[in-house]
Amino acid sequence: MLLPGKGPSPGALTVTSGDETRTLDQPYAAARVSRPGSVSTEKTSEAEVRQTFGPALAAQPGRPVSFYLYFLADTDEFTPESKQVVTQIFAEISRRQAPDVVVIGHTDRVGSAPHNDALSLRRAERVRDELVKLGIPRARISVAGRGAREPEVRTATQVSEPRNRRVEINVR
Amino acid sequence: MKFPMIFLALPLALTIGVLQAGAAENAGQIKVSKGAVQIERSGQRTPAPVGSVVQQGDLVITGADGSVGITFRDNSLLSVGPDSVLSIDRFVFDSTTHQGAFESSLKQGTLAVVSGKLAKQSPEAMKVRTPAAILGVRGTEFLVRTGAKD
Repeated sequence: MLLPGKGPSPGALTVTSGDETRTLDQPYAAARVSRPGSVSTEKTSEAEVRQTFGPALAAQPGRPVSFYLYFLADTDEFTPESKQVVTQIFAEISRRQAPDVVVIGHTDRVGSAPHNDALSLRRAERVRDELVKLGIPRARISVAGRGAREPEVRTATQVSEPRNRRVEINVR
Repeated sequence: MKFPMIFLALPLALTIGVLQAGAAENAGQIKVSKGAVQIERSGQRTPAPVGSVVQQGDLVITGADGSVGITFRDNSLLSVGPDSVLSIDRFVFDSTTHQGAFESSLKQGTLAVVSGKLAKQSPEAMKVRTPAAILGVRGTEFLVRTGAKD
C-alpha cells in the first residue's frame, strides 16, 4: 500500500509492476500489488494509515529547518541584521538529537557561473568557520556552494540582488 | 585496575564517531532509533543508535519493537516500522547541482518517505523497490508496506 502524504502539494508517485504502471497523485490514494504485474488503486484513510504505519510515522526524523544569513555585495561579509539569526540557529541545534548542519552558499547572477560557484562555496566556508568558532563541532557541519542556481528572487543575468547573496544554514 | 580501561575506551569511541560523521561516502544519519535497530554492513550486524551513519549498501533492520528514522544528505527522510528490512542500494548526491540517484528496497515491513532534493531536481532520481513493484517519486510523501498479505 502506498499513498502520497498530505503536504500542500501532494506530488506524485508511480507504481510499476511488470508492464503495469499506475500514478498516485491525490492524498490518501493507494495502490495494491497483489501479485507481480497486477496493480489496483484504492482510497485509504487517515485511520487506516495510523493503524498500519503508526510506528514508522512516529519514527520520522524532525524536518530540516533553514535559516538565512545575507552578505554585502561581492564580499563574504555579513549584513549586521544577520548576526541576530545566529542565536536562532543555536536554539534550533540545541532542540535536536544528533543534529548536523549543512551550510549552503548562494549568489546573485552577477558574474560567471564558475565565479559564483566558487564565491558561494567561499561564503559557506566562511560561515562554517564562524559556527565552529562559536562552538559547533566541525565534524557536524558540511558545506555546499549552489552558485546562482537557487535564487530567493528571480532576476535577469548580471543583476545585483542582495536577497540572493545569502548563506543558508540547514539544521537537521 | 578497571578505571584506566574506561578512560582509554571513551576517547576512542568519540574519535570513531567523529571520523564516521565526516566521511564523504555517508548517505545519511540515524536521527531516531527505538527498540531493536541494526545496520548490516559487509555481512556484519551492529546496533544502530541515534547518530549512527548510514551508507550505500547498508541493510537497516528492525526487530518486533524497533523503529528507526534516517535523514539523508539530500534531506530525504526515511523511517521504518517494526519487523522491517530496508536496503540502501544506491545513494549519490551532488550538493552543488542536486544531481544523483537514490535507490532503496523495502524487503519487508513498513516504510514512510518524505522525498528530498534529489527527487525535486529530477523525477527519475529516486526509486523505491518492493519485491513486486518499483515506485517512482515525483516530490512527495508516501508510505510503503511489504508483507505476506499484500
